[in-house]
Amino acid sequence: MTGSLIGIFLTAIFIENFVLNQILGLCPFIGVSSRTESAVGMGISVTFVMVMAGVATWGVQNLVLVPYSLEYLQTVSFILIIAALVQFVEMVIKKLAPALYKALGVFLPLITTNCAVLGVALINVRRNYGLLESSFHALGGGLGFMLALVIMSGIRERLAISEVPVAMRGAPIAFITAGLLATAFMGLSGLI
Amino acid sequence: MKNNTNLLNELTKGIWKENPIFVISLGLCPTIAVTSSMTNAIGMGLASMFVLVCSNLIISLIRNIVPNAVRIPSFIVVIATFVTILDKLVQAYMPALSASLGIFIPLIVVNCIILGRAEAFACKNSPIASIFDGIGMGLGFTIALSLIAFFRELLGDGALLGYKIPFFADAPALIMIMPPGGFIVFGLLIALKRNYDLKGKFTK
Repeated sequence: MTGSLIGIFLTAIFIENFVLNQILGLCPFIGVSSRTESAVGMGISVTFVMVMAGVATWGVQNLVLVPYSLEYLQTVSFILIIAALVQFVEMVIKKLAPALYKALGVFLPLITTNCAVLGVALINVRRNYGLLESSFHALGGGLGFMLALVIMSGIRERLAISEVPVAMRGAPIAFITAGLLATAFMGLSGLI
Repeated sequence: MKNNTNLLNELTKGIWKENPIFVISLGLCPTIAVTSSMTNAIGMGLASMFVLVCSNLIISLIRNIVPNAVRIPSFIVVIATFVTILDKLVQAYMPALSASLGIFIPLIVVNCIILGRAEAFACKNSPIASIFDGIGMGLGFTIALSLIAFFRELLGDGALLGYKIPFFADAPALIMIMPPGGFIVFGLLIALKRNYDLKGKFTK
């Protein structure tokens, strides 16, 4: 039991990395990865929202939607739960860390439309994960997202001071870098 | 007459001038995730277009009733409703497509293009114009996805729409249909389009 939990956790971070392998959550990955500081902040808030969303959507799915045969409301209810959670996290960060709040700027409310968060909830349901499995999967997914974001921001800080052809500056070079990073992560697939 | 040219403009702007993928860079996740084959790319493009047109129409119809403060949540509910309808339809009539697109069909709900068009266009314009905007943006999205998928399927699988292409099928570069290939092809395509735009500016 514990073995499979650790397995789910490590798989979500390294092998099925949300950004580099499942290709979810690209907007913040490209948008917030130009500085390491904001990458860490974004990573922490996404991880937090993901775990809470993983637990909350598991509850709604198994305690409300399935017993009352309302599975067709899944998409609507999940997105509303995530929107409410993001609002809550935004209020907390604004109160406790105003500097971080400024740095994250427009991307904080955008966690609502971060497909990695909804993705985690949907994958949990599709794989019939229990409560513990769901939370470990969400935690691993969030940390994996943060790992990819932080590595990317480190590379982009270097890219900012190197000579890149005009047409390749910004997004194009970021995507090609992400491609190389994804290739490197494919090497981890034999880990477990 | 002027009205007609306006509608035509709403329709064509999404295809090149304001292409959602290459110019505004919205909706990136499906762009890379489902473009490993052209069949998936076209399926995803048309599915998003369906949601885009329907939600644009409804949002444009309710734009004067919904209070400003709760407009985003209500737009999301409208979009989520159409995504649910689409999800059930695809599951029932196209199970193969549903299996290969997987969670990316319910994830259309968080595709920034759809909420973006609701916010930028449908909540300010008439229903007819909003439908045309939806069709245009949907077409632009479909064309962009198919273009990326064209290169990825040709190079990575040696095929197009599932049919093997001689020469390319001899030694396909498998990495192109895996995630890294998606990132690299997309990066190169935006660079190409930018290069084209820059050239235009310098010769003028």
